[in-house]
Amino acid sequence: MKANYGYKDGSGDFFISIDTDKCTGCGLCVEACPNGVMTVGEDENDPFSEDEVASVDETERKKIKYTCAPCKGEGKTEPCIKACEPGAINHSW
Amino acid sequence: MTDETKKEEFWRWTEANWKNPDMKLEDLKIITAGIDVGSVSSQAVIVGDGQIFAYGNMRTGSDSPESARNALNYALKDTGLHEDRIDYCIGTGYGRVNVPMADRSITEIACHARGANFIYGPEVRTVLDVGGQDCKAIRCDGRGKVTNFLMNDKCAAGTGRGMEVFADLLSVPITEVGDRSFDIKEEPAPVSSTCVVYAKTEATGLLRSGWEVNEVLAAYCSAMAERIYSLIERIGVQEKFAITGGMAKNKGVINRLMKIMGLEAMKTQWDTQIAGAAGAALFAHTLVERGKGRK
Repeated sequence: MKANYGYKDGSGDFFISIDTDKCTGCGLCVEACPNGVMTVGEDENDPFSEDEVASVDETERKKIKYTCAPCKGEGKTEPCIKACEPGAINHSW
Repeated sequence: MTDETKKEEFWRWTEANWKNPDMKLEDLKIITAGIDVGSVSSQAVIVGDGQIFAYGNMRTGSDSPESARNALNYALKDTGLHEDRIDYCIGTGYGRVNVPMADRSITEIACHARGANFIYGPEVRTVLDVGGQDCKAIRCDGRGKVTNFLMNDKCAAGTGRGMEVFADLLSVPITEVGDRSFDIKEEPAPVSSTCVVYAKTEATGLLRSGWEVNEVLAAYCSAMAERIYSLIERIGVQEKFAITGGMAKNKGVINRLMKIMGLEAMKTQWDTQIAGAAGAALFAHTLVERGKGRK
């Protein structure tokens, strides 16, 4: 499943997408994120799956434009994307 | 409430409950319930042996547990079914953690996909749910399992509540908005913002500069359609396309959206607002079948 967490508002589209088929639930993104945006737990959108997957923490979903801002800039790769070995994480902006 | 103040409630949509006349309570083996407490409306769906037995759809009040209770009572009304007979109950929606009678909660994303798979049929691949204060675009497979989703619940632009505010502002009953938005000479340009607050200001300005009410409605419906499309575009649309939620009943927005998309939306006899609760009740049915229910 491709899970898109985030929002669209007057200033643009801000989504972090996680490919739960690729995600192994290893938690490296959680360790890499300096602001606690990522979390690992049961897949809340697939009620019958028992695999743990990464998601964006519920308290962060409506403010990632700001929380993720320090990790963005020219020539930078977001640490969560860099840490993810299977390449399951993507940012839309 | 006097009759005069009642007339002022242009936003008021029709609450309804229904019982399946072809199903007999005494024949049912597994009875499950799904309760969807949304930001604007709450629904309860009772599923008997995998088929919809009854449902209730009403406005959410200020108290989530009470809204869940009212919706369930409304669904159970005149069915002869007592709440204790329900084998498993799942809560979903914005207020899902506040459904006191629920054994478990499941996200509305999963429930809407499952519900749309039932009420529109297993061919559905893309589900758009325009709720009271959020908008969800979901892709799913033939079993109603989510394969891609996106939800925007930060900003209520282009959602049901925005339409209610507009109906009130323009004194047009919400059920007439769709028809009246097409009763115009020429399609106007969409309003520049769907933000409920800004659009209200813009609409007031347009009325003052001589626009007809129907034209303003058309301009707002079309701005909403564009806004909704920009969200669906992100997940990519695959046919067949189904719309759930209250906005599915507003053809002013939906017909314009389908024109932008160049598609035709699937049709259903069911109330499109019950999709989330139906999905929850069907998940509950599967859990009971797998021996994971109460007991």
